[in-house]
Amino acid sequence: METVSAQKRKTTASEPSPSLPLYRSAPELEVSLDDFELYAIDRLRVLKAMSDGLSRGKKPDEIGALVTELWKEHMQHPNPSDVMNKDIISHFVLRLVYCRTEDLRKWFLSMETTLFRHRFRLESLEVQRMLMSEFKLPFKALSNSEFEAVKEKLGQVARSINQPLPTVDSTIFKVPFEEVPELVAGRRVYMLKGDAYVAMNQVASLVVTQFRSHLSKALVLTNRKWTSMIQEQEKDRLTPIVEALSSSYLGPDYSQPKEYAEISIKDIDRVANSSFPLCMRHLFDKLREEHHLKHGGRMQLGLFLKGVGLKLDDALAFWRVEFSKKVGTEKFDKEYSYNIRHNYGKEGKRTDYTPYSCQRIITSTPGVGDHHGCPYRHFSEENLRAALSKMGVSSRTADDVMDKVRHRHYQLACTLTFEAIHSCSCDAGINHPNQYFTESQKILQQRSQAAE
Amino acid sequence: MTDKGNNGVDEMQVDVYTHEQRKKGSIPEGFNADYLKLYYAKLFPHVEIFKWMSYGNDGKHPARDTSYFGRREFSFTLDNDVYLRFQSFNSAAELENSIKEKCPFKIDIGPVYSVDPAKRHAYAQAGDNVFKPVERELVFDIDMSDYDDVRYCCSGADVCLSCWPLMTIAIKVIDFTLREDFGFNHILWVYSGRRGVHCWVCDGRARRLNNEQRAAIADYFRVYKGNENSHRKVSLAGPAMHPFISRSYADVLKLFFEEKLLCGQELLSTEERFQMILDMIPDESISGQLQERWKASWRPSMSKEDINIVRWGQLKHILQSGKQKAPVLRRCVEEIVFTYTYPRLDMEVTKHMNHLLKAPFCVHPKTGRVCVPIDPEHCEDFDPTSVPSLAELLEELNMAGSSNADSGWEGTSLAKSVSFFKSSFLQPLLKSCKVEMESKYNDAKIQEMKNSMSW
Repeated sequence: METVSAQKRKTTASEPSPSLPLYRSAPELEVSLDDFELYAIDRLRVLKAMSDGLSRGKKPDEIGALVTELWKEHMQHPNPSDVMNKDIISHFVLRLVYCRTEDLRKWFLSMETTLFRHRFRLESLEVQRMLMSEFKLPFKALSNSEFEAVKEKLGQVARSINQPLPTVDSTIFKVPFEEVPELVAGRRVYMLKGDAYVAMNQVASLVVTQFRSHLSKALVLTNRKWTSMIQEQEKDRLTPIVEALSSSYLGPDYSQPKEYAEISIKDIDRVANSSFPLCMRHLFDKLREEHHLKHGGRMQLGLFLKGVGLKLDDALAFWRVEFSKKVGTEKFDKEYSYNIRHNYGKEGKRTDYTPYSCQRIITSTPGVGDHHGCPYRHFSEENLRAALSKMGVSSRTADDVMDKVRHRHYQLACTLTFEAIHSCSCDAGINHPNQYFTESQKILQQRSQAAE
Repeated sequence: MTDKGNNGVDEMQVDVYTHEQRKKGSIPEGFNADYLKLYYAKLFPHVEIFKWMSYGNDGKHPARDTSYFGRREFSFTLDNDVYLRFQSFNSAAELENSIKEKCPFKIDIGPVYSVDPAKRHAYAQAGDNVFKPVERELVFDIDMSDYDDVRYCCSGADVCLSCWPLMTIAIKVIDFTLREDFGFNHILWVYSGRRGVHCWVCDGRARRLNNEQRAAIADYFRVYKGNENSHRKVSLAGPAMHPFISRSYADVLKLFFEEKLLCGQELLSTEERFQMILDMIPDESISGQLQERWKASWRPSMSKEDINIVRWGQLKHILQSGKQKAPVLRRCVEEIVFTYTYPRLDMEVTKHMNHLLKAPFCVHPKTGRVCVPIDPEHCEDFDPTSVPSLAELLEELNMAGSSNADSGWEGTSLAKSVSFFKSSFLQPLLKSCKVEMESKYNDAKIQEMKNSMSW
């Protein structure tokens, strides 16, 4: 069997650590090509399942439980001494797989960070401290007198997030708020003059920030190496594996409309009615009604339409017709057309933007005046029921949909809606609005062919 | 990515010169390119803007970064709707000349990039994405049109003295929190010229925040979670409120709600209005009870007390009386107050380094008013309807005659704003820039010494 050493770089002396590696440098390990691929697939299963969980709106503790379960299921190894190797090798293989575009990197970074966070929390206090010192976090715990001065406020914060009240014995770190963005974002720490007061059980956030920024930089470097050397050097061995790994598991990104390549403006109303998922139908209706959508809505609908096959010129015409009724043609051309051209990669960075997936839509945060987001998640029950009945969903099916919604299975709720409207099953489930569209068109086309 | 369209919608519908006190002078109200030319020639504080954007790097200090100002993006919107992005300038004179020559209707300020933004294409060809934002003030944008569901006096782009307190609240809450919680000191508040306010946090630490950290700050401020399709817009779950939330409530929101907005907006005066508030009470028996009572007492009661205050008292009494055990209900009063008062930020503007924001002292093309700084310590005295307008200023210039052709704003009603900008914002800022530069220089020197000793 052929063996390869995953990547040649010096390993640092302080390699062995607890059961949670920091992946600071690629291992100098011999690994068979089969294992190379198998390990990666196993890790990918974990990451994919986490990603699905997140898009269903699972809360952090539920994700934690899921991670534990997934890890046990996929990342074990018959030989205990190889468990750590499998962990490290699979991580580095996936780095190669996911370093190659901005979107891939983003997804991988976010999943690996989530994974790391939950695994870190499971470690003992001692190990956590060890890992902290690995990252050279120079934070000192509050002294007793410092603690006394802010005790009351710390208690208030702890109560506001349902955490145990801190006592004199609790370890509290005072750190620059920049180090713990996620704790600041959730108002999970007391803040005073630029310092965040972090409890020991929140230290994960500190370490995770380090982990994330380290991995983020590493991915960019890996990408550079990949394009400049590895891809070519390994074109007969690793490259095919790596390329297959990323495409077979991430699913299509719908950035290029394929099967039903073109939709013209005159067809839009018809297909909107027959084949748009609720989130897009809602945006579409609001646009027709109010002749305007705020930025989030324009992005969500605009990119979807691009994926559906609306050409740039048609897209401009489509948006112009609506917006001009409210803001006038001139203002549209001046202020909005840039945005649309931008989406099609004709302005600014000239990136061809990809339509939003369900996960992205579900995790968005629509505010006042916004109509984007996932209706199953962001509508009140009343509004959702009304919207469903407008789509022709019976009230019994609507009950089933609401049941899924209550359990935060938003994509399943959407799948049920799809099945009710098309009166046929959709086994794959809905995970992308453009997939909903494609599936729907497929079914409708089969039917019209059958009718002929 | 900038989002030019985000807040542009309402601009067309509303009219402009609702300006009551037209001066009887020779300059007619309004806005046009000729006025603006004169404004840029005589009044716009070019030097001060340059000083600010240089952050001390224009001086002689050995640790200064001479390319700093030249890497800042400015963008101009011209008369004929031409939009010029990625303008950069190497000196105060270049900036001033370009503004005078191009006479932009709007000047936006972007981030400081890794390289001169005007030459970004040249760098892009070198591969490696070296062109990226490296510094940017932490900015906030609050726009009155986001409050349309909680104000009844005007809507869209209009503002008046009875809804302006919403902006005052935003300034008070955000300003205090930025100073107290985040430790920032150099904060500039600016009237956006029409319907909102902008905030520039200029401390070095703020300018160096990455996008994730900016998003964290934006989220720290985020309380308002509702969208157009759900009822409850604010949810203060949990057994206690975060100190920042409870402080904002006790120090600002409660006071302004009860003393300004409740009566100013007549929040409980009609059935339609009080129903909106009753809908936020999660217990239907209570909201039903209040509804009945308020419908019955439809006509103003004998008492001289304002109907809104009376009803608010009744609502509070019933929700906060000892009988109510459920924390959701006790918290409901606060939720109502938050819904009607808490600042609503345009989150995207704060979250991203490369968002553009209109420069202070621009003139709003629709209102003709100057984007003047607002003193956060006296923000309740700020009156958007008496902000100097282009026409007034030019009139004042005419009056002053040619006797002091060079003095510019002095003697006009802009003087107060410029001198506030200089003395309360710019001077302290530049002083701290100098201190920062000094310590950076010393650190570098020490490092150098260490290095040279270590052969």
